Order: sequence, then structure tokens, then C-alpha cells
Amino acid sequence: MWASINELKEKIHAGSSEEVVAEYLERIGRSKLNAFISTSGESAISRAKEIDANDIEGPLAGIPVAIKDNISTRGIQTTCASNILKGYVPPYDAHVIERLKDAGAIIIGKTNMDEFAMGTSTETSFYGATKNPWDMERVPGGSSGGSAAAVAGGEAPIALGSDTGGSVRCPASFCGVVGLKPTYGVISRYGLIAYANSLEQIGPFATSVRDVTTLFDVVAGYDPRDSTSVDKEVNYSSSLENNVKGLRIGVPEEYFGEGTDEKVEKAVRDSINTLEELGAKTTTVKMPHTKYALAAYYIIAMSEASSNLARFDGMRYGLRTEDSDWHTTFSQVRASGFGDEVKRRILLGTYALSAGYHDKYYLKALKVRTLIKQDFERAFKDVDVLITPTMPYPAFKLGEKIDDPISLYLADVDTVPINLAGVPSISVPCGFSGGLPIGLQIIGKHFDEATILRAAYTFEENTDFHTKRPEGM
Amino acid sequence: MITRKDLTHIGWLSRLELSEKDIEKYTPKLNSVLDYFTELDDVDTEGVPPTYHVLPLSNVFREDEVSAQGGSLTQEEALSNAPKTQDGFFKAPRMM
Repeated sequence: MWASINELKEKIHAGSSEEVVAEYLERIGRSKLNAFISTSGESAISRAKEIDANDIEGPLAGIPVAIKDNISTRGIQTTCASNILKGYVPPYDAHVIERLKDAGAIIIGKTNMDEFAMGTSTETSFYGATKNPWDMERVPGGSSGGSAAAVAGGEAPIALGSDTGGSVRCPASFCGVVGLKPTYGVISRYGLIAYANSLEQIGPFATSVRDVTTLFDVVAGYDPRDSTSVDKEVNYSSSLENNVKGLRIGVPEEYFGEGTDEKVEKAVRDSINTLEELGAKTTTVKMPHTKYALAAYYIIAMSEASSNLARFDGMRYGLRTEDSDWHTTFSQVRASGFGDEVKRRILLGTYALSAGYHDKYYLKALKVRTLIKQDFERAFKDVDVLITPTMPYPAFKLGEKIDDPISLYLADVDTVPINLAGVPSISVPCGFSGGLPIGLQIIGKHFDEATILRAAYTFEENTDFHTKRPEGM
Repeated sequence: MITRKDLTHIGWLSRLELSEKDIEKYTPKLNSVLDYFTELDDVDTEGVPPTYHVLPLSNVFREDEVSAQGGSLTQEEALSNAPKTQDGFFKAPRMM
């Protein structure tokens, strides 16, 4: 039931896309993971028939793909896992969706997430938590937990998520799949419903580096409708090579700090040794501002969120409560439509931007962001990639951290610095702790996805962690 | 420290109606996060410029022309998700 893109292509060639799509839809239908908020069965099947009948070609012709529910899909409900957008059907496609459709891919459903992508566990969804395929009592990570769980559980071969502070890499790590956060600007954010736009990127999930790269090649590329889109065509599939000879790896000790699980640390250090045995060279690097990344990240993300989410007022789309006067109506719509974590972040973001506090919080965080970015620039003078744990520990239990925002925020300690600096980073499976997957994070220079993909691919070719699958799916 | 009175004011600025119960519930949680943010006070940022954006992009312009690729919606599409409309407009609540 887990198949690579190439295996599915053979299956489609021998049989049909319709059969492949129907099989995935059937599996989603009887799943207990709650990885999907909605499925698009009818349109998926009719599109599959079209592809079968006309022999439509393309890098993803007839291949099913799952999409995080904050990416706009024309004609398919898009909720951001929030009550405020329940029933919202976008009248247009995001740029990545246009690209997927051009490549022949078939959207089979919209995946669960933390409400408005604000979380690390996919527990804040209005539509209920997603479960981890490796242990149904544990979280899949977040915020793109539905996309990662769908791929890990064999409910979709590939999926898209979004990563603002680790939201692709964290669930990839917790669910034992591969997830990529590209360099800021490489994938258009047109049609991605914004949470914190100076930090976020759409990113691909799959069970292998090769499939992640194929999906990445399809969705990346210039789009004038996103003013931060970079005019640069990509073809990374050609850079996948089983070779790390001479690769310079930097190991920032700050990422192995207090709170890092011993087994996670061991798995990551063993993985670095594996790459050394294959010809890479390792040095220790210093990134002294790492410990301040979390506070800076949350201040910036909440500030941007408070502004971005001002658009949800029940006028043009979404929930509308009984009309009263202008301000009262909007305040009531938003009070009934948003969940607790979203409200907390809007409130704190509004506070951090308000007169008298702007310099103390927001401006200070932006200055610390500069120092963190400089830490990366300095490190990358001497090394090609940085390797760290993706998450300090494996998946935690459902309900374990949800009532304590700080302990939940601390889980993002190894992922948020990457978004502050805008560099690319990939998480690949590198071991297990008590039957739960561990993720290896490989970080690269701006626009140097080729090198991190090559390192990840080489690691995968020489280990078998990515071939392990959860039982009982 | 955010007081209950501050929170009522921030709720107003954020257009989020907060009940007494919400204020009770949120005040300590928001303060624990703000307390965590004070970690940044230890960082010397004298003379450090802020980073609003990681890419060296600025002032991305295009010609002011209707573009097919610009994603313009028809009136019908634009109104298709609106909970209340009238005569082809979004219907807003009364001002006062």
C-alpha cells in the first residue's frame, strides 16, 4: 500500500489511474488517522478517467496528491482547519495547484492541520486531532500533521504542507517520512492562506528523497503574483547523486542542548558518522544566537499573524454571526470562529505591535533575527551543510502539551532558526526511539537545495530507515 | 505584565470579543509567554539593523494593466462565498 511515484506510474501504465485513485480513496475512507478534513472523491475519479482516456502525460500524470487545507483549491473546500472558514470554497487555485494540475497530478483531498498552521501537534484543528500512524495515542507533529500522517499511513503517496517554523519538518520527523522546507521565495505563496508571510514556504512530503524532489521540481518556480517569488527555474531531480565525498558538514552543538532526548542525539550523531564513512568531513560550528531564535520567531510570527488574520471578518467569506453594529459584529464573528491558540497569537501579536511595545518586542525580535541570519552566514563560510536533529524528541502523547503553550513552543527549538534565516532544510528518517521515528535535519545555504538533497539522498541510499512502515495501517 | 484591563483593550484592538471567562483563562497564559519573550533583553542589539525580510528584493512593480494571469475574479466568483450580499455587493453590518 505504500508506493513510490515510479511504482504508481507502472501501475497506472499496466492498469489505470482510476484504479490507483480509487484505492487511495478507499483507504482514506476507512482510516482512523483523521488525516483529511475533506476528500475530493468525485472530481478525483473523473480527472483520473480523463487522464486514462486521453493518455495525458506529465511528471505526475495520474498520481494522487494530498494538499494541506491552507492551500487554495478551486472548487474544493479550504478551511485552514478553522470554524471561521467552514464551507469556504476558493474561486481560484494556488500557484502550486496550477502546477500540479499541469503535471497531471490528482488532488484526492485536503489534509488536517493545526488551526491556521499555528501549532506543533495538529491538535488545535476544529475538525479534531490527527493521530500518528506509528502510535495512535501520539501526535503526528504539526502543523502539517495531516499531510505527514497521510503519507506515513499509505493514504497518499505524496503531499504538500507549509512550513512557517517547522510545520513540514516536524511532522515529517514524527511520522518517519521525508519533508522539505525550501529556500524562502522558491515556491510561490500565491493561494497559500497567510499566517506569517516573511517566514513561510510551501513544502513537499514523500516516503523518499527522490519523490520529494520530483514533487518539488513540479511546484517550484517563478510566479509574478507573489512579489517575493524568485525568478529561478529549478530541476533538482538531476542533482540526486549517491555521493558525499568531500562534503563539508557543520555540526552546531547548540542544537544538541538541554531537553534533547538521548536516543535522538545518538541517532543523529550515528547518521553524521555514516556520512563521514561515505567521505564527508565534519567540523563543529558555533551558532551563538540559537537560543534566542524561539522567542524572536514567536514574536515575529504572532505579529504578522495579528495583521494577516484581520481579513477574517465574515463579510466576504466565512462565518457570519447575527448582525449588530460594525465593530461588535466583527468582534463576535472572530470570537466564535477562531479557536483558543489562534486568539492567543492574535492577542499577543497585537500587543507586540501596539504603541509603547513595538520597539521592545517586534523591533527587538527583528534585530535578533539579523544576528541569527549572520550565525548562518558565518557557519556557511566553512561548511556546505549543517546537520542537527529535526525535533529534540520523538512524537509526544495527544493531550500531553496542549494546555501549556510554552512547552509546546519549546518543541520548535531546532526548526525555527531556519525560517528566520530563510535557508532550505530537509528532514529524513534516521532512526527510532521506542518504536517512534527520529528525523535528521540537513540545512543548506540559500538556493542550495541541490546539496542538501544530494546529502539526504546519499544517506537514504546507504541506510534503510526510510523503508520502515508503521504496522496496522 | 498584561492586566485584565489591558487584555480587554487588546481584545478590542484585535476585534475579538472576550468574555469574563476568556480573560480569566488567557491572562496567565499570555503573561507566561510574554515572560518568556524577555529572554531577548539579554541580547546586545546595539547598532544591529532589523531583518524584515530575508531576500534582497524590494519594490517589485508591474505595469498597471488588467492581466489574465493576475487572478482577477468575476463579480459572481468574488461574491460566491459571501454570507450576505445585496445588488451585487458584499453586505456589511451597520456602522453604528
